[in-house]
Amino acid sequence: MTTTTQPGIRPANATGKITYTPVDGRLLDVEDLHVEFHTDDGIAKAINGVSFTLDQGESLAILGESGSGKSVTAQAIMGILDMPPAKIPHGAVKYCGVDLLTMPDDRRRWVRGAEIAMIFQDALSSLNPVFPVGWQIAEMFRQHRGMNKSDAQAQAVRLMERVAIPAAKERVKAYPHQFSGGMRQRIMIAMAIALDPAVLIADEPTTALDVTVQAQIMSLLQELQQERQMGLILITHDLGVVADVADRSVVMYAGRLVETANVYDLYRNPAHPYTRGLLESIPRLDQKGQTLAAIGGLPPNLLRIPPGCAFNPRCRMAKDVCRVDLPALREVASGRHSACHFAEEVIDA
Amino acid sequence: MTESATVVQAVEATNAAGDVGEARSLGADAWRALRKKPLFWVSLVLITIFVLMAIWPSLFTNTDPDNAVLRQARERPNANAWFGRDIQGYDIYSRVVYGARASILVGVLTTTFTVLLGGAIGTLAAYAGGWVDALVSRVTDIFFAIPLLLGAILFMAATQPRGKPYFVIILLVVTAISILGWPSLARLMRSSVMQVLPNDYVQAARALGASPWRIIRKHIIPNAMGPLIVVSTINLGAYIAAEATLSFLGIGLQPPVISWGVSISDAIVGLRTTPHMLAFPSLFLSLTVLAFIMLGDAIRDAFDPKTR
Repeated sequence: MTTTTQPGIRPANATGKITYTPVDGRLLDVEDLHVEFHTDDGIAKAINGVSFTLDQGESLAILGESGSGKSVTAQAIMGILDMPPAKIPHGAVKYCGVDLLTMPDDRRRWVRGAEIAMIFQDALSSLNPVFPVGWQIAEMFRQHRGMNKSDAQAQAVRLMERVAIPAAKERVKAYPHQFSGGMRQRIMIAMAIALDPAVLIADEPTTALDVTVQAQIMSLLQELQQERQMGLILITHDLGVVADVADRSVVMYAGRLVETANVYDLYRNPAHPYTRGLLESIPRLDQKGQTLAAIGGLPPNLLRIPPGCAFNPRCRMAKDVCRVDLPALREVASGRHSACHFAEEVIDA
Repeated sequence: MTESATVVQAVEATNAAGDVGEARSLGADAWRALRKKPLFWVSLVLITIFVLMAIWPSLFTNTDPDNAVLRQARERPNANAWFGRDIQGYDIYSRVVYGARASILVGVLTTTFTVLLGGAIGTLAAYAGGWVDALVSRVTDIFFAIPLLLGAILFMAATQPRGKPYFVIILLVVTAISILGWPSLARLMRSSVMQVLPNDYVQAARALGASPWRIIRKHIIPNAMGPLIVVSTINLGAYIAAEATLSFLGIGLQPPVISWGVSISDAIVGLRTTPHMLAFPSLFLSLTVLAFIMLGDAIRDAFDPKTR
């Protein structure tokens, strides 16, 4: 991170690149983001007005089931959506007060990796199979910092040691397929934090891993986040995974935020029927022999999102108003927002 | 440890990670893997012999390939003429040695051009997608509609190679075959790039700030070039054979130019009386093709970390 206290853009550091400084600790400001995909069958509205913020040193969990728009949100922030078919008709993604969506391509490419980095779900396919892992980490330094080969390689070893890869010096020349799943994800994390990004987005970082390794990766992420005061966005459908790590969470459904709250409140007392359903569908050890509660039905087709509240066909509490009126995200308690007409009843239930 | 001593100094300047050795590139690792393969060495020795033959044929024979001893025409292989003599009384061994130049030039140059052209166009089509892809694919289809030999015959007939200098004729033959040979490689490269593109590591490279050019060079081409290497080395033989066919039809290389193709086509008339006339040039042609195929195989394996 930069040491200057002046807000906004600071022109030219040692490498001649522009550096960014957060204003009042605010890193990301996603404002009314819309993303749609133009397909042969029509326009699929994947994101319909999502707004959230991320501060320095804060970790934000984005929760939701498949197709709720979590990953598309991340891709839109990173600027790696394929356009076309994707289109962003509305909205802004402000990084340190500068809108990334209107930024010229070459500048935005520099922001990627150096300022905002991302970790993917499947670390095996996220690493190039024909290059040694050390080379791939070193590539970050060579490309963004113009380091020479041996310096970059030394940095790669240092990073591999930081993400706790045993015998990093020997393993630096190994290829991705010679590592286990958890180790590959550590390498991916090493690549992502290589340039000290201010924001790290982890898109389902533990989904492809087994449970014990999941916990290790999450605690590694948490450790790195606290050590470097990064803003961390955790995207997951697994509410159990983020419980310890995230400060704040937003729940997405059909491309909208349906609830935002700190993790503690969200788990103890959800304010939206969808969140409640998600929490009830987590298998629990102390409820042996009972049928697992699942949310009936399927998420809506994004080509034909139902009128009113998108969740109404699956909601146990749905009334007539839910089928007509789209509930806005409103504050239901201090620091808590819910997009449900009956949020108060849900909290009390 | 002497090798790493110099590296340590450079490394210690930036941090305390210490001796990590030289950063290895894909090429260096591939070379390491290649060195251990007997297949590679066999093919390399063969190719070296043929290349030497092409550059300095006099290293291999003192006999003048244009010296026709009509009295000894159709002689079987013997101590004086190792491979025997052909209908004109030429020494076949000498003609095989001198014929290497034209054949290898045509094979190697055509392969190089088709790989560069087909590979680049195929990669571009797959990476750019959309209308670029559609346009390139249709153009490829148009070229596919023209049979290789028919097209080459037309090209050669139109450019009138007769009487032009040696290298000009060879370049004309190379151009004729290249123009008609690249589309199959372009199509192959396009499909293998399309298989590589959706991989997460391409997406990850974008997310970590790599430029399109860098993504193509470092992520797409190394992962997509396997099939291209294999097919193009097999094609090398086909290109030499195509040159032979053109020569046989009287529109490729012409006597007095000596090439394996010319020798093979000359042998057809004496097939029953002097089979060795066909056997030796064909043997050398087959060995060359085999050597390049083995080399291609070894290289492809060396560039794939999982087969090392």
